[in-house]
Amino acid sequence: MWRRSASFILDKHQNNKPISLTPSIGSPPPLSASVADENLNPNHISAYYQTRAAHHEIVTSDWLEQAQAAVRRYLDQDSPVSGRPFSVIEEFDNWRQQPALAEAVAAIRALAAVIRASEANTMMELEIELKKASDTLKAWDTTSISLTAGCDLFMRYVTRTSALESEDFNSAKSRVLGRAEKFGEISNKIIATLSQDFIFDGCTILVHGFSRVVFEILKTAAQNKKLFRVLCTEGRPDKTGVLLAKELAKLDVPVKLLIDSAVAYCMDEVDMVFVGADGVVESGGVINMMGTYQIAIVAHSMNKPVYVAAESYKFARLYPLDQKDLEPALQPIDFGVSVPPKVEVERSARDYTPQFLTLLFTDLGVLTPSVVSDELIQLYL
Amino acid sequence: MDPRRGPLAVPKVRRVGFFTSIEPSPETPRPNRSLSGPAEAITSSSPLSDSPSGQFISPVQIPPSRHHSDNLASRAAPVPVPGPSAFRRQLANDRTLHVGSYNPVDSLLGTSPPSSNGEVSEDSGSLFGFQRSDSAKLSASFPNGGFNMTVAVRAPRESEAKVAIASTSDGRKKNVEASGESESVATKPRKEKETKSLKEKTSKAERRAIQEAQRAAKAAAKGEGSKRAGESSRPKPSKPAKQPQPKKEAPQVTSSLSEKRAVSVEKERRMDVPQTQMQYDDKSRVDKAKRRSVVEQTESKNKVELFLHLPQYERGNQLPNLSSNIFTLDTIHHAVYKVGLQHLAGDIAGDNARCIAMLHAFQEAINDYTTPPMKDLTMDLTAKINGYVSFLIECRPLSMSMGNAIRFLKNQIRKLPVDLSEPEAKASLCSEIGRFIDEKILLADKVIVQHAVTKIRDGEVLLTYGFSCVVEMILLYAHEIGRKFRVVIVDSRPNLEGQKLLRRLVTRGLDCTYTHINAVSYIMGEVTRVFLGASSIFSNGTLYSQVGTACVAMVANAFSVPVIVCCEAYKFHERVLLDSICSNELGDPDAIANVPLRNNKKHSKTMDNNKNLQFLNLMYDSTPAEYISMIVTDYGMIPPTSIPVIVREYRREDLLL
Repeated sequence: MWRRSASFILDKHQNNKPISLTPSIGSPPPLSASVADENLNPNHISAYYQTRAAHHEIVTSDWLEQAQAAVRRYLDQDSPVSGRPFSVIEEFDNWRQQPALAEAVAAIRALAAVIRASEANTMMELEIELKKASDTLKAWDTTSISLTAGCDLFMRYVTRTSALESEDFNSAKSRVLGRAEKFGEISNKIIATLSQDFIFDGCTILVHGFSRVVFEILKTAAQNKKLFRVLCTEGRPDKTGVLLAKELAKLDVPVKLLIDSAVAYCMDEVDMVFVGADGVVESGGVINMMGTYQIAIVAHSMNKPVYVAAESYKFARLYPLDQKDLEPALQPIDFGVSVPPKVEVERSARDYTPQFLTLLFTDLGVLTPSVVSDELIQLYL
Repeated sequence: MDPRRGPLAVPKVRRVGFFTSIEPSPETPRPNRSLSGPAEAITSSSPLSDSPSGQFISPVQIPPSRHHSDNLASRAAPVPVPGPSAFRRQLANDRTLHVGSYNPVDSLLGTSPPSSNGEVSEDSGSLFGFQRSDSAKLSASFPNGGFNMTVAVRAPRESEAKVAIASTSDGRKKNVEASGESESVATKPRKEKETKSLKEKTSKAERRAIQEAQRAAKAAAKGEGSKRAGESSRPKPSKPAKQPQPKKEAPQVTSSLSEKRAVSVEKERRMDVPQTQMQYDDKSRVDKAKRRSVVEQTESKNKVELFLHLPQYERGNQLPNLSSNIFTLDTIHHAVYKVGLQHLAGDIAGDNARCIAMLHAFQEAINDYTTPPMKDLTMDLTAKINGYVSFLIECRPLSMSMGNAIRFLKNQIRKLPVDLSEPEAKASLCSEIGRFIDEKILLADKVIVQHAVTKIRDGEVLLTYGFSCVVEMILLYAHEIGRKFRVVIVDSRPNLEGQKLLRRLVTRGLDCTYTHINAVSYIMGEVTRVFLGASSIFSNGTLYSQVGTACVAMVANAFSVPVIVCCEAYKFHERVLLDSICSNELGDPDAIANVPLRNNKKHSKTMDNNKNLQFLNLMYDSTPAEYISMIVTDYGMIPPTSIPVIVREYRREDLLL
């Protein structure tokens, strides 16, 4: 849509020269090379999607290795600059390697580690230190919404706690630490329990991608002896849908795999759609794995409800106006065949679903999309 | 599902508008509704639209059905369904239900904060000029009948506290709400007298008497709206007593009520919002207001029928009148007088400017104020301010934001500690006003600019309509920080405010395109963002802004261009607005009659005397929430559904309570 303006073409022309990000990158090899070269700017690949790919053991090419090397080099450069013996990012990276841990939780744990390691004597100092740490974390991967949101939420909490000046520093510190622990415990269990009422016997659920919360919901439903069927999309390019199908099959839930383009074909037998979220934004829309928006549109046109499962630390004070209004999180895409030169590849890993969502299952309760903004205002203001 | 930006093929609220009485029954109400079929006939409104007598209503019924049928159609979640018996009774009664069918709307809106009721009713009243009388009679003649089960139908769905109330009383209450609203125009004076006499009976302190006198003087100008707001905001047992079953309950209830609540009602009334509009088709009130008015106004001859409830005066003779009076009048402070004149002459335009000018004038007036002997500063100053406000209203109807500012000021006066000495009180008031201007307007604008600029990327084409100072600031700032973008300024007759913006932007070196609103659908194709200013935003997300804004927003929506509204939070209003009719301002009709550049002198002469010709120069219009993608305000970027959250969370401390 933004291409419509004539001036855009001009700007694009100018932009292309210095940055060389969007120009016709053909196949993955030249791409990875360019990324490795420009290792100063690791934002070209979303770190989140790297780890995710590593967790799911699907990435085949050596691309990932190179990219990670790039990131590591970046970190090596960064840490002497910050000049502190303790690095948040290392801590964060450690936590992040655990597949069961959401990124925001990893971030908060890392921040908690900062508190533990800090030698601050006053709340003010601690706050400043935390602020620095969270800024580094946020700057480390600007594309990750839940990382940013998690950091912001935690900072918010710390500043609010310190507003209660009456208590002494140590108890405040331990309280903040306790809070950090709690964040990690924001369990999918609550969400899973809340959502059980919506899964009825004999229903067919379409799931897109692999989301921990959605999996938890389905697992709980299966444990509750509900009879339901799940249709899993394949979830290209990292094939997370296949993973989910595998996990569900282990639980003896009837599963069917579809290719991503078969969603509309199968929609008539679907009773509800479940998706996770990378981030929930202020408009009540969600940012999630590529393909969510089109599933929501198809579901809406066939009057099927779309349910989003997300923890409250994914709520972000963002308000994208359209798809391109976000910093794109890029991911490697393996087309199986070599992409002819001069062909551009859309490598964005996620899209923004601004509407057509029915309800959000969160640990704050089952919310309509318009309540998200309400909650956000209360959380942040 | 997502009411904000749902399918937009159906401009629900707009249909309520202007044309209803002219084109009797529009084509088909809505595709959605026809889809809903018999299964969904349970929604209290749809059977009516099918019934023969409902044919006039159908366009207007759209708002309630939006809630219900949307839910039914799009959600798997179970919706409680009323028993079949209720449904049947309703069908049987549907002839009598004209007005009752509004109950869902009324009560939906009634649950929103105070004064929304009055507004909605005005709306239905004026729309059904031709139906009003007999339907009111009908409904009055069925004390419980038809209305009872509309409530029953609604109640489970809404699951309000109201359900607890016995259904008879509830039904009666509905009945009154429905019939009372349409009757109210006629019965208002009578009611008024009743309450007044009652009060006089029960009042003891002479303070009350003084207040009564003051109120009688001021009330007319502030209008029945505020009064009604005062009434409707309390639980309503007093109302039913007045109308359908007067024999049994009326005397006791009203008298006990007046004893119990007299004081609190009085208090509330005093601090209530000065309504921006009184109903100018209410003869007695207009007469009353005229007797006290400072500004001499002659009513225009060719009044626009649909807008009789708005002031329609001849232009051009007030200003000389007033300016000659400036030395003889001592009731109005000269600073306020000056601002009034400026408003009248149009020297100050733009909501923020008007509001700031007014507040500065009040500051000055408070500075010069001395409490008369034997009087209380709080009360006397409030009365003074009320006087000023009604003077300003005579000059030009207040904007919503000014109403909010006045409410803030009065609240500050009310909250003054009793033990404060007069100079201290004055100083604190002045500083509070200054703080309001700084924080709520100037600082808010800066925050808005910071937020909005993040939505301007390089290479974008921004469209703006008319002149809004916040939008101007945003554009200039974005240019300053080096964003490369183009601006399309859409303008409209007769004010051509966009030219002012154009001039300012061009001198700062921005790349601008200037066009009139006629070409908006052409130019929209290349636009990537629409930035709009606002006069006010209501609780249901309706944007109330310069006339033409709705058109621009709708065209933008059709082109799926995001519409960004920039509005300071002090302009948010807790009322609900459904159309542009019940709350609006009429500009100078000559402004649209006379086209410059064309020598149409004799032309306009024949036009002046033509009885069949009415000029309608509307100043504002309302844009439904679903055409707005985002509202940028001092609390960040929020969707239009979050207006009530802001009003609820952040205005409490400044305003009421």
